[in-house]
Amino acid sequence: MQDPNSFASYFNFSQVNWHDLMTATWDTVWMTLLSVIFVFILGIVLGLLLFETTGKHSFWAVLLNKLTAIFVNVFRSIPFIILIVLLIPITKKITGTIIGPKAAIPSLIISAAPFYARLVEIGFHEIEAGVIEAAEAMGASKLQIMWKVLIPESMPAIISGITVTGISLIGYTAMAGVIGAGGLGNLAYQDGFQANQNAVTLTATIVILIIVFIFQAIGDLVVRKIDKRSIA
Amino acid sequence: MIEFKNVSKIYHTRENTITAVDQVSLKIEAGEIFGIVGYSGAGKSTLVRLINNLEKPTSGEVLIDGDNITELSGKALRQRRQNIGMIFQHFNLLWSRTVRDNIEFPLELKGLSKAERQQKADELIDLVGLKGRETAYPSELSGGQKQRVGIARALANDPEILLCDEATSALDPATTEEVLELLLQINKRLHITMVVITHEMHVVRKICQHMAVMDAGAIVEQGAVLDVFRHPQADLTKEFVQDEVNPETEETETVVSELLAQVPDGLILKLTFHGEQAKLPIISEMLKRFPAIELNIIEGNIHQTQGGALGNLYLQLIGEKPLLDEGVHFLNQMHVDTEVIRSAGSK
Repeated sequence: MQDPNSFASYFNFSQVNWHDLMTATWDTVWMTLLSVIFVFILGIVLGLLLFETTGKHSFWAVLLNKLTAIFVNVFRSIPFIILIVLLIPITKKITGTIIGPKAAIPSLIISAAPFYARLVEIGFHEIEAGVIEAAEAMGASKLQIMWKVLIPESMPAIISGITVTGISLIGYTAMAGVIGAGGLGNLAYQDGFQANQNAVTLTATIVILIIVFIFQAIGDLVVRKIDKRSIA
Repeated sequence: MIEFKNVSKIYHTRENTITAVDQVSLKIEAGEIFGIVGYSGAGKSTLVRLINNLEKPTSGEVLIDGDNITELSGKALRQRRQNIGMIFQHFNLLWSRTVRDNIEFPLELKGLSKAERQQKADELIDLVGLKGRETAYPSELSGGQKQRVGIARALANDPEILLCDEATSALDPATTEEVLELLLQINKRLHITMVVITHEMHVVRKICQHMAVMDAGAIVEQGAVLDVFRHPQADLTKEFVQDEVNPETEETETVVSELLAQVPDGLILKLTFHGEQAKLPIISEMLKRFPAIELNIIEGNIHQTQGGALGNLYLQLIGEKPLLDEGVHFLNQMHVDTEVIRSAGSK
């Protein structure tokens, strides 16, 4: 029996159950993708809400802005591991379970969407006021300005924002795994750490890194493709 | 016709009150190019934005063909705005769209079909001279080309009015000329009313028929461009006119006195042109009639305005005295202001 504290134990890959690894990888990927999709939509909606109500003076705009800002700031500040515990009853209501990948998704969305909304809002503020004014002068409605000016003109910020957010979501899925959501985090903790199988932990880490790198590479590629602001 | 009736725009900030537009009354006739001149901060930008209701007046009315635009809101306002094109100092194009898609943007807002949009965009690309650049992005264009896209975009809905907010201020002199030429051509071809705001008197001289001078939110002078250039009333107007028409007055006087010394003989005349007659070949006509007269051009500056030319021409005429007298008489008949600076006989 090999010493679990030895350095060599990290490379004893015979400990790795490749089937479990595949399942865990798949769980991590789909937990991440599904929450990225929800975060993307929710973040843009919240970002638009923040942008449109900033600097306005009407009662409803101020109220909406304050409420959104409070929501965003509060949920952005709660550590994820606490949030996931805090949301257990709600999760159970929505998904009907508190274990497995499905159970992690509500907490993943609620923790990442506010952060992403702020990034989106910053992207909108980077658009020159004159461009929005030009659209108004052409008779664009509020909705047309959002859909045809704000979103397309800040697309590089929106995409690089979701890349950053997606990467932290991968990290969150690992944390969620520890409390039973499955995925690579769960594998690293249960089958790796608790079973004294360092090779499993290392393998899970490497797979997570690969997922992060792929995600980052795709994000960078898309941003480069759509950014027409400077001469290529 | 655009009409301002006692329009004021007052901004309240926490500390103080700013009157951006102060009791302005103004009439802009349909089809003309109207210039509004003033230094930055004079309220020109606010004034022009009252026309498409991007700014709402604190008091007064802005009428377009009799409709009070200040009362419009929501859908009615947006529809009205589609009839008012606007171009900007910094072009304000969408960087994420190609030249063609930028031009089609207002048509998309209106909900036109793809085929209709394409046809209109093709016409406009031709009109502003951007053929071959349809698929370029704004970042790949020069300033002049960007403004051409801006102009095409502003014309997409066949507007009755085009507002030009310092449209040439970010361009170099040669490009400015090109863009002004294009605006003039569009005005002549499509009969669009244009409101041009600028701090460059040159722009007004070149393309406007009527003008107003703005200072601290108020109109200090208005009238036909030619009249304002010939008889500026307000001090500010005089300053603007002087800078544009005669930056070298003193220089000319030096040239003349030098010439008086260098060329002791002959008649020296100063011709002042203002209006249509400067387009006629008056000088060559005189030489044809009096071939015995020798002529030297000493100094001249002629500026073209939409109402005709403005400027001075200094001439030296050499010949027999009776012949010279006839020549001067001929010039007077042509309604050119002729001033004899030195007569032929005196030394």
